[in-house]
Amino acid sequence: MTKSIVVDHVSKRFTMRYHRTIKQMSIARLRGQEISDSFLAVDDVSFTVDQGESIGLMGLNGSGKSTLLKVINGVMAPDAGQVLTRGRIAGLIATGAGFHPQLTGRDNVYLNAAILGMTEKETKARFDDIVEFADIGRFLDTPVGHYSSGMFARLGFAVAVHTDSDIFLVDEVLAVGDKPFKKKCMEKMKEIKASGRTLFYVSHAAGSVRKMCDRVIVLEKGRKAFDGPADEGIKFLHYDDTEDDVSSEEEQDEELGSDV
Amino acid sequence: MTTTVDREHAEVPEDDLAGMRAPAPQGGLVDVFRHRYILKLLVRREISARYQGSVLGLLWSYVQPLTRFVMYYFVIGMVIGLDRGVEYFGIHMFAGMVFVHYFTETFTAGTRSIMRNSSIVKKMAMPREMFPVASMLVSAYHIIPQLVILITVCMIVGWAPDMAGMFAGLLGFAIVAVLGTSLALLFSAANVFARDFSNIVQTLTNFVHLAVPMIYPYTLVASRFGADHVNLYLANPLAEAVLLIQRCFWVGVTSDPEQTALTQMPDNLFTRGLIQLACCLVFLLIAQLVFTRLERKFPERL
Repeated sequence: MTKSIVVDHVSKRFTMRYHRTIKQMSIARLRGQEISDSFLAVDDVSFTVDQGESIGLMGLNGSGKSTLLKVINGVMAPDAGQVLTRGRIAGLIATGAGFHPQLTGRDNVYLNAAILGMTEKETKARFDDIVEFADIGRFLDTPVGHYSSGMFARLGFAVAVHTDSDIFLVDEVLAVGDKPFKKKCMEKMKEIKASGRTLFYVSHAAGSVRKMCDRVIVLEKGRKAFDGPADEGIKFLHYDDTEDDVSSEEEQDEELGSDV
Repeated sequence: MTTTVDREHAEVPEDDLAGMRAPAPQGGLVDVFRHRYILKLLVRREISARYQGSVLGLLWSYVQPLTRFVMYYFVIGMVIGLDRGVEYFGIHMFAGMVFVHYFTETFTAGTRSIMRNSSIVKKMAMPREMFPVASMLVSAYHIIPQLVILITVCMIVGWAPDMAGMFAGLLGFAIVAVLGTSLALLFSAANVFARDFSNIVQTLTNFVHLAVPMIYPYTLVASRFGADHVNLYLANPLAEAVLLIQRCFWVGVTSDPEQTALTQMPDNLFTRGLIQLACCLVFLLIAQLVFTRLERKFPERL
C-alpha cells in the first residue's frame, strides 16, 4: 500500500507560562513559585496511514488530538520524531481562516481557497459549486461581516470541502448550520471518502466515526492508547455504553456530532 | 483508489517513503515568492479593506500626506525658519516624508502582521514571512499617490531628472524597502512573544522623523557636527536613503542642480549608498534566521 501519512515517534512539548509581566514574574520568583512549566501534549506517537484509509482520531478533551492534527497539517513542527505526508493537505481545519469581515463573500472565497492551497484556476473552476453549496444567494457580494454566523460558517465549510487534496483533515464537528446543511456536509464527506482520498477525522461522535472510518486511533494523555478497527476503538473509549441503543433519530444527532 | 501495487514492500518501509515530505513549509522569504498567488490576494485584501466603508475612499491617501506636509511646512519652515537658504524647501521635505512614511508604515504594520493574522497562522501551514512581506507591499502601494503628488509638483516648478538622480532614487528606495522588511520580520516574530515590541516600534518610529535630513538641510548637520562626526550621522541607513531620494527629486528642481549636488550632498553619496544597501541585505539575512528560529513556537503562543 502507498503510505499517505507516516508519524514516527512524534512528541510535542508545550511550555506554559503563568505570569506575563516583569512585575508578576519577579513576585512569583520571590515567592518561589513556578514561572513556567512544560508538558507533553503528544508523547512518542507512531503510526502510518495508507492512501485511501479513513482514520478516526478519538480521545478525551486535552488528550492531544488537535495538537497531533496540527503536526500532521504542518502548522506545528514536532519537537522529536518526524512526520511525512504525501500530496496536498486540506480539510475542515481552517474554515473561514483569513476571512476579512469587510470584504465580500466572493473575495473571501478566493483568499480562503488560496490559503487552503488552491490555485486561481482551480478556485474559478469550483466557484459555482462552492457558492451553491454554501447557499448564501445574493449575499455573495456583500461584506461577510454582515453575514449571520450560520452563513459565515457555511461559506467557510463550502470552500474547505471543495478543496482538492490527497489528505483531508477534519477537526470540526458539523455543528454549524441547520439540519439540511449538516446532511449535505456528511454526504460530501462520504463522497470524499469514496474518492480514495485519505480521511483523518477528529471527533467525539461515535456514530459518525463508526460510519466514516475504518480504523480508530485513541489518544490518552498524549500517548497512543489504541489503534485498530473502528468498533473496537469506540468500545475502548466506552463511548458506546450510553449510545448503543439510541433510536434512529438520536443516532442521526450523534452522527452529526454536537460537542467538540 | 490510487494504490500502486508495485510499492508492496512491507519489509522495506524506506521504499514507501519515496515522494513523501514533511508537511511543514520550508519557510523563508524564498518560499514566499513561491506562493505569489496568496501574497497577491493578501495584499489586495489589505488594500481594499483599508478604505471600505469610507466615503472618500482612496482620496484619503492624498489627504493625509497633504495635511501632514502643510503642517510640517508651516511649523518647520515658517515658524522655526529652517527653510532659510534651502531652495524649494517644501520639495526637500516632502520627498523625504514620502519615504520615511513608507518606512514607518512597513515597520509598524509589519510588526503587527503576524498577530493580526493569527487565525491563519494558527491553522494553516504556509510561510509566515508572507505577512510582514505583504505589509511592506501594501505600504509600498500607498506611497504611489504621494509619489504622484511629489512628481507633479516637481514638474510644475521645473524638474530636470538625470540618470544619476534616477539611480539615486532607486537605491534610496531599495535601502528603505530592505531595511523596513528586515525590521518587520524581526519585530513581527518578537511581537508574538511579548506585545511590548509593538510599543517599542512606536517609540522608535518617533525618532525617525528627526534622525533624517528632511525637516532640516543636510548642510546644517555637516557644519555643526564637523567632518568626523558627520560620518556617524550618515551611518544611519535612513539618513542616507533620504539623501539619495533628495538627490533624485529635490536636486533636480534647484536652479543649478550640479552645484547643489556638490555643495548640499555628502561626498561619495553613491558609494555610501551601495555600502548601506549591502549592510541592509546582511541584516535581512540575520532577521530571516532569527524569524526561522522563533517561528517554531508561533502556533502555541498565539
